[in-house]
Amino acid sequence: MSLWEFANPVRFMALSGKVLPWVIGLTALTLIPGLIWGFFFTPEAVNFGNSVKIIYVHVPSAMMAINIWVMMLVTSLIWIVRRHHVSVRAAKAAALIGVTMTVIALITGAIWGEPMWGTYWAWDPRLTSFLILFLFYLGYMALWAAIENPDTAADLTSVLCIVGSVFALLSRYAVNFWNQGLHQGASLSMDKEEHVADVYYLPLLLCLAGFVLLFIALVLIRTRTELRLVRLHRLEIRERMKDA
Amino acid sequence: MIALLVRDMRLAMRAGGGFGLGLAFFLIVSTLVPFGVGPEAAILSRIAPGILWVGALLACLLSLDRIFQLDFEDGSLDLLATAPIPMEGTVAIKALAHWLVTGLPLTLAAPAFGALMNLQSPGHYWIFVTLLIGTPALSMIGAFGAALTVGLKRGGLLLSLLVLPLYIPTLIFGAEAATRGTAGLSALTPLLIMAGITAGSVALLPFAAASALRINLR
Repeated sequence: MSLWEFANPVRFMALSGKVLPWVIGLTALTLIPGLIWGFFFTPEAVNFGNSVKIIYVHVPSAMMAINIWVMMLVTSLIWIVRRHHVSVRAAKAAALIGVTMTVIALITGAIWGEPMWGTYWAWDPRLTSFLILFLFYLGYMALWAAIENPDTAADLTSVLCIVGSVFALLSRYAVNFWNQGLHQGASLSMDKEEHVADVYYLPLLLCLAGFVLLFIALVLIRTRTELRLVRLHRLEIRERMKDA
Repeated sequence: MIALLVRDMRLAMRAGGGFGLGLAFFLIVSTLVPFGVGPEAAILSRIAPGILWVGALLACLLSLDRIFQLDFEDGSLDLLATAPIPMEGTVAIKALAHWLVTGLPLTLAAPAFGALMNLQSPGHYWIFVTLLIGTPALSMIGAFGAALTVGLKRGGLLLSLLVLPLYIPTLIFGAEAATRGTAGLSALTPLLIMAGITAGSVALLPFAAASALRINLR
């Protein structure tokens, strides 16, 4: 019994079908209380006022935006090395969620930036990196959309994802070099030296868990849809061959 | 390989468009920018290195789809794939040919066009040096993008969407080095990082581009 057995689409469909309701349930159990706790039962911060509450959407979505790209990189590598369809379909499924998270992070950041910094947008390294990440997601999705043959599309987007990751990382350091920023440092860290106060920390953790689960649920749903699309495509080809 | 290089350069020059078009486009951008931002010499000379860099980058982008598209359409790319030269070598040579007919002329012309934007005296030297080191990376990254989109009917717009984000690091370090040099500051750090990006791209991207081409020729 190895992990790769679930790379078989049939097994994956069976397992993910069983797991999915539980993941959706857990998402509801973490995200809804987390957001309600964060929005209604935490005090206003001294310097931030009520606007601090946007942190419960801003930080988790920003974290997911980056991690989803990493997940796409890993699944693309798996596709190139082992050619498991589930893997590359999961990368495609994750891209749309990733780009949505990036947009949420950018927009909530702009809404938060206006009262705090007096501007919706500044060419701060973190903001700029996210804009660049958004462009990389767009390119990746556009390439998927442009190619008709699903296997060719999978190969080419995987190559793009790997090369793109290198350049995205380079861009991250390039913008750091290019401009020093307004954005505060990390709000969370494992060693409890520097992070937000406990009143905000606990609901934030709940929201983070909620966003991770939400992503897992969405990516499972979308991967299942993608696999069914592939199967449909194959069936169509088979029917056409029969007629010919 | 040299035969391929000569052939590609001849095609690019005779087809009309590859060679002169990029330069003409670059000239037009350098002319339009002062119309957009106004003729004050102080503002122009401050933004000149950045505008020249962006202009050169866009001019480079114009001719990218020609790297593989025509050869793909008339079947010579299939012949090249079965030729004794490895695919990586073909890609590298084609990127080199693209650089010789676009990147190099742009580099040579940029200091002259700088006069249109009141570029101050050490600036001519710096824009030349940064473009000379940076444009090979632009051609190589562009060849990778062209290899990805070669099979597509209308790949041009998609090509720019794919390639422009990849250009960001080169642009940042290149323009930063040119700006610093022009202002009389030390430009060594960004210059060296950009040289590293160029060296890395030239060393590694032929492999990525060749694998993309093989997928497209399958």
